[in-house]
Amino acid sequence: MVCLAQGAGDAEDAREDKLMCLAVPMKIAEIAAGTAICEVDGVRREASLMMLEEAAVGDYVLIHAGFALEKIDPFEAQKTLDLFREVLNAGGGPAF
Amino acid sequence: MEVCGTHTMSIYQHGIRQLLPKAVRLISGPGCPVCVTPISYVDQALAYARRPETIVATFGDMVRVPGSTSNLQREKATGADVRIVYSPLDAVSIAAKNPDKAVVFLGVGFETTAPTVAGSLLTAQQRGLQNYFILCAHKTMLAPMAALTSDPELQVDGYICPAHVSAVIGSEAYRPLVERYAVPCVVTGFEPLDMLRGIQMLVQQVMAGEAWVECEYRRIVKPAGNLKAQALLAQVFEPCAAEWRGLGVIPASGLRLRAAYQTFDAELALPLDVEPTKEHQGCCCGEILKGKLLPGACPLFRTLCTPEQPVGACMVSSEGTCAAEYKYGNV
Repeated sequence: MVCLAQGAGDAEDAREDKLMCLAVPMKIAEIAAGTAICEVDGVRREASLMMLEEAAVGDYVLIHAGFALEKIDPFEAQKTLDLFREVLNAGGGPAF
Repeated sequence: MEVCGTHTMSIYQHGIRQLLPKAVRLISGPGCPVCVTPISYVDQALAYARRPETIVATFGDMVRVPGSTSNLQREKATGADVRIVYSPLDAVSIAAKNPDKAVVFLGVGFETTAPTVAGSLLTAQQRGLQNYFILCAHKTMLAPMAALTSDPELQVDGYICPAHVSAVIGSEAYRPLVERYAVPCVVTGFEPLDMLRGIQMLVQQVMAGEAWVECEYRRIVKPAGNLKAQALLAQVFEPCAAEWRGLGVIPASGLRLRAAYQTFDAELALPLDVEPTKEHQGCCCGEILKGKLLPGACPLFRTLCTPEQPVGACMVSSEGTCAAEYKYGNV
């Protein structure tokens, strides 16, 4: 997965350092009783869905301090990736 | 100016300053919640840590922040029960497992974090817990941005608006600031290309002599923000004046618990004496937080104040401007 919030590797740091301003994009693997089990790179953890209107298994969400803060909009994410590719190609640098 | 510690780190980590023409100057503002927390609050937290039958639960960033005479890590080493948690919900679980102790959670952070603390309070209430308390020092971003914009010494040309604060309050929340002060506001993500795109949007506005709200981080941030998170904030908290390190007291820039939730307020439920506040001699955190000084201009930077032995909060927090300058400044 191309990382569209902060580094996916940060999930490990979240467990070790438990810093406040950390948000990690994760995919919802299971949902039960208002709580989602989210996953990234084999790391699984619980996140409360108290702040989301609706969420489904397979959605990418941004996890902050044990809560799903927002869903990642796949359409907007793709538009941003396309723009990044355009910039990189225009600059002669490597594409993703 | 950026007002988000994660943006500060991204700018340093990716060498963004070095990529920009000299005419574009990036200034780091008061975007790190740990850094803007006044010493008196840390002293209060220390007093709770020393209180018998009390567990202080906190995000990891707070444990090394120096108070007037100690820090939470040192108190823990001498026997205080200080628990580092990833989520305020973990602090609620600690309260449930320790019914004979008072659990005080250090409620620090902006609009991104405050709803999670509101959520933890409601969870504790639902579970009927009477030993979960919040030492509340939450802050909101719009009032200090207005204060900094009207500071004639600073002359901020535009704001890189905080990304995940905006996920909660929405990009439209900056419209009054833009309309009142004609200062461009762009919400952008944290990836290096997000940063560059956001800066480009700001520069284009400045060059055109225009000011409006633009959002580069649309994959996360909606114009109206996260309504459920806003409802949680409004249900549990109300605005109040708050003290910011470096900026002083700013009206309506803080959040306190509403009357209906005052039984969860550590200050009211568990009052105690706090040692008098002592500022750290020579520390320039205040001026650095306002963007008026760069870390290198502080006489303590890299000499008496290092990440191992921090004097000021801007060096302690991994997202503080001094910590970023120390780690990446010579790249």
